[in-house]
Amino acid sequence: MSKYYLNYLDELESEAIFILREVWAQFQNPVILFSGGKDSIVVTHLAKKAFYPSRIPFPLMHVDTGHNFPETIKFRDDLIDSLGARLIVGSVQESIDSGRVAEEKGKNATRNALQITTLLDAIEMNNVDCAIGGGRRDEEKARAKERFFSHRDDFGQWDPKNQRPELWNILNGNHFEGEHFRAFPISNWTEMDVWNYILRENISIPSLYFAHEREVVWRQDSWIPVSEYLKLEEGEDIQKKKIRFRTLGDITITGGIESDADTLEKIVGEVSAMKQTERGNRSDDKRSETAMEDRKRQGYF
Amino acid sequence: MNTSTQIDKNQLLRFTTAGSVDDGKSTLIGRLLYDSKAIFEDQLQAVENTSKRKGHDGVDLALFTDGLRDEREQGITIDVAYRYFTTPRRKFIIADTPGHIQYTRNMVTGASTANAALILVDARHGVIEQTKRHAFIASLLQIPHIIVCINKMDLVDYSEDVYENIIDQFEAFSSKLYVKDIEFLPISALNGDNVVNRSENMDWYQGAPLLHTLEHMHISSDINKIDARFPVQTVLRPQSDGFIDYRGYAGRVASGILRPGDDVTILPSGFTSVIKSIDTIDGELEEAYAPMSVSITLEDDIDISRGDMIVRTNNKPQALQEFDAMLCWLNNDPARPRAKYTIMHTSNEQKAMIKEVVYKIDINSYNREEEDKQLNMNDISRVKIRTTRPLMIDEYRDNRITGSFVLIDDTTHETVAAGMII
Repeated sequence: MSKYYLNYLDELESEAIFILREVWAQFQNPVILFSGGKDSIVVTHLAKKAFYPSRIPFPLMHVDTGHNFPETIKFRDDLIDSLGARLIVGSVQESIDSGRVAEEKGKNATRNALQITTLLDAIEMNNVDCAIGGGRRDEEKARAKERFFSHRDDFGQWDPKNQRPELWNILNGNHFEGEHFRAFPISNWTEMDVWNYILRENISIPSLYFAHEREVVWRQDSWIPVSEYLKLEEGEDIQKKKIRFRTLGDITITGGIESDADTLEKIVGEVSAMKQTERGNRSDDKRSETAMEDRKRQGYF
Repeated sequence: MNTSTQIDKNQLLRFTTAGSVDDGKSTLIGRLLYDSKAIFEDQLQAVENTSKRKGHDGVDLALFTDGLRDEREQGITIDVAYRYFTTPRRKFIIADTPGHIQYTRNMVTGASTANAALILVDARHGVIEQTKRHAFIASLLQIPHIIVCINKMDLVDYSEDVYENIIDQFEAFSSKLYVKDIEFLPISALNGDNVVNRSENMDWYQGAPLLHTLEHMHISSDINKIDARFPVQTVLRPQSDGFIDYRGYAGRVASGILRPGDDVTILPSGFTSVIKSIDTIDGELEEAYAPMSVSITLEDDIDISRGDMIVRTNNKPQALQEFDAMLCWLNNDPARPRAKYTIMHTSNEQKAMIKEVVYKIDINSYNREEEDKQLNMNDISRVKIRTTRPLMIDEYRDNRITGSFVLIDDTTHETVAAGMII
């Protein structure tokens, strides 16, 4: 006799597929926000499943800070080729060049905050009414109350007090012209769930997630990769370490951890023994207690 | 650590916790997360720092569940927050909701997807108005399992008499409610008694601690496996090589079991056909059951679109344009009498109006109010709904998916009410 219940990964997968199909049914012009990180890769994989045997009906939108890991860009382009999907790139460099935003100055300067303008411009220019993201509620406390369908006003802003209640599995995507939604199909997944799923489905991910030798400097409690954008400070010296990255963002702010995990099995083992949250290595979240909430209000991912 | 064989079996359990700052709800959640090792060092460090700054002794477990800036400033929880933890047996999702009367809508929201509800009672105060309110909402939303946690046992000398007395109080009023499964647990969230580990202070209590109860609760039967209902979300027509004539109906099984060869009826048209295949990217399936997302193909070419429902021919839902429902009003703006709203029921959207408010319910006393018929935020009422076209409905008691709906205000597009069909 069959068991007639799903295990938790199957249930999470089914929920995500349901949400992706609701996005397709309720919006005119949805896109997947693709960062090259594992979460957006998993969302893309789920979209493949949701619409099989059709192709993924969504273009992938990448907000390019210009400060990328070359591995991420290569991975992105290969994936686009294999899916036969369309790629939309919003360029932070162009936003800077056209005077829409000004580059931060000082030693902790990053392009993280500048992405918001580029993202919102790309959404507006391409008439996007729903941007699907890989955000998870376990990532950060400001995300714990996020909806599957998250409403943004016509300035692209998130108002935590003006979100629609979501009951049962009914998702309300009705909206006015000019407003858009963010949709988060893997809201209920934890970092561990994502890794277990990548392992189970054998999903390919950028080599940066696996332990490899790299030139790095020790800064703000993590190993920051050496790149043409990194300005060395006094007392900092370049070392060669075997590291891997738990999250992928801007090359200037994504810190690696020392690790020997060079297979998916080893990563799953390592993550389950981890004592720090994955965003613990992201200096963008360390700026203040409410750093993530403040960026979300302005329209961040 | 999770091995793949464990993942094959481990289920997902969603539970809701209703309570206020005072009855120790945040401390209980903090305790569950902390003792099940779902707290990371950097989170612990942040909470230790804040605890010190506020002058608390030791770690204030309640701080783990603090969310947005507004509530950190106000010291209250203003919305449903979701928390996660995993044990070697199960993955858990906590819908953490505030318990004050003005937050009824949040409790209803958190309860809508829950397998279990934790109701907290302060052992010093026993059953209070708030307890009745929480029990009412748990029964209204048909949460299959209720666990009444009698908390702060440390403050009543771990007294068995106090515990038994509260059970009597609870059973005296809850007999009026429709509740399937209820358990009582004496705990101290602050000290960890009977939360994750068995209490050494209450030898008289022979039951399992809370976490063990949550890990072993039978939840496979929480979803209706009898009435096959498949709301169509979208139609897949790839028109690519190998799939030129493919027409798959994509959706998530709401309830029941579907198999290739089943005689099915498509509603509302009433056309009949036979299931040809149940497809996923990983291959064809021999059967599909709730809550699986699949794509179904039929033997016949029938015009089917989003909002239609595929059901077994010998077991159909009712197709009704007028029905009674319990309604929870979720919006700041009160309901406008006889105004038109959009009704969302499974994947089906129609126009609807509230034809009549039969009565409102005082959720503290369970009394019916038949004079005042204005529906304000957090009000729960029995109403008559009329729709422009028939909906394919089941009673909420039998089916939480095909028995539920929301109302959307067309002038704001906001979700203004949640309904459960009677």
